[in-house]
Amino acid sequence: MKSFAGKTLRWGWRESVIELTLDHEPANEIGTAMLAELEQFVAACGALAPETSVCIISSARKSVFSAGADLRELYRGAAPLPEKERLAGVRNFLERIHAVLNALDAAPFVTIAAVHGVCFGGGLELALVCDIIIADKMARFAFPELRLGLIPGFGGIPRLKRDVGNAFVRDLLLTGRTINATRAHTVGLVAQLAGEGEALRIARSTATQIIKFDAVTCAAAKKFIKPVPHDELRREIDLFCELFARPAVMAALKKFVEDSGPMPYLPRS
Amino acid sequence: MRTLEQTTQEVLDLAAKHFQLPAGSLAPADDFFKKLGIDSLQTLEMLSRIENHFGIELPDYEVQGISDFRTLAERIQSRL
Repeated sequence: MKSFAGKTLRWGWRESVIELTLDHEPANEIGTAMLAELEQFVAACGALAPETSVCIISSARKSVFSAGADLRELYRGAAPLPEKERLAGVRNFLERIHAVLNALDAAPFVTIAAVHGVCFGGGLELALVCDIIIADKMARFAFPELRLGLIPGFGGIPRLKRDVGNAFVRDLLLTGRTINATRAHTVGLVAQLAGEGEALRIARSTATQIIKFDAVTCAAAKKFIKPVPHDELRREIDLFCELFARPAVMAALKKFVEDSGPMPYLPRS
Repeated sequence: MRTLEQTTQEVLDLAAKHFQLPAGSLAPADDFFKKLGIDSLQTLEMLSRIENHFGIELPDYEVQGISDFRTLAERIQSRL
């Protein structure tokens, strides 16, 4: 399927480049609807791969690439269930999102994340599967999961470790703080900085350069440079599920969901 | 090196420009959430502008509980 317009995202293929655009109110949260459409996208990528050199992932939402997992949906879905079913549901979701992200990580074409605004949690994990992250100067990155008594569950730690130094990973994870694009560029998370609003344009320009090269060679080089850390990813799912079983997590999610203030993305005291 | 007064004024100017308010319409003691009516996404944008302007990193936990421009300027000053 060369083009698709769904409820949470859309894509289009043109001249060797697929552009995936996230567009789900309010902040491209990754819940069951987006997961289902990402699964469709991955299936389409499989069919389009022989004629694709680059995939660009960007967001149509103002001020945000993706704020991460849909915590409201997670809480509302999990809260009424008995513990065993709740944990099974979480594990099932994680297995599915990991399958999607692993497929994108290992895609036989170059992937570019064009990031603006908020790129937190699962949103950062989506960007991290890409080969190149281009971020505009207003982008901010964070792994805020510890605020909920969790760790990143979509593969964030193994993939961030793949790209940057462990000291930086520890700072980001253990403080839950947000960092700006300039810092992200300095540490090597972001490959190229863009002016405000220019990330997608620069991603397209970068794609124009990449499509000049032999696609088979690009795929081989990418596989060599960027192995998928399958063992660690599996261990991350297990650890996430272990932590999710703790009552403090549901309590933290409840607090997040019930906070009707306008500041859901800021760190709480 | 900037004085605290200079830093405070630059923060006020940045905020006024970003939120398209007349220059001089914001005061150091103003509560920026109440005065500007901003949400968390806008707050994070402002944080990026401040960090880019001053060439610093300002971890979110350093600004937790702060709501006025003067105290924000003090936190910025400590990173210069």
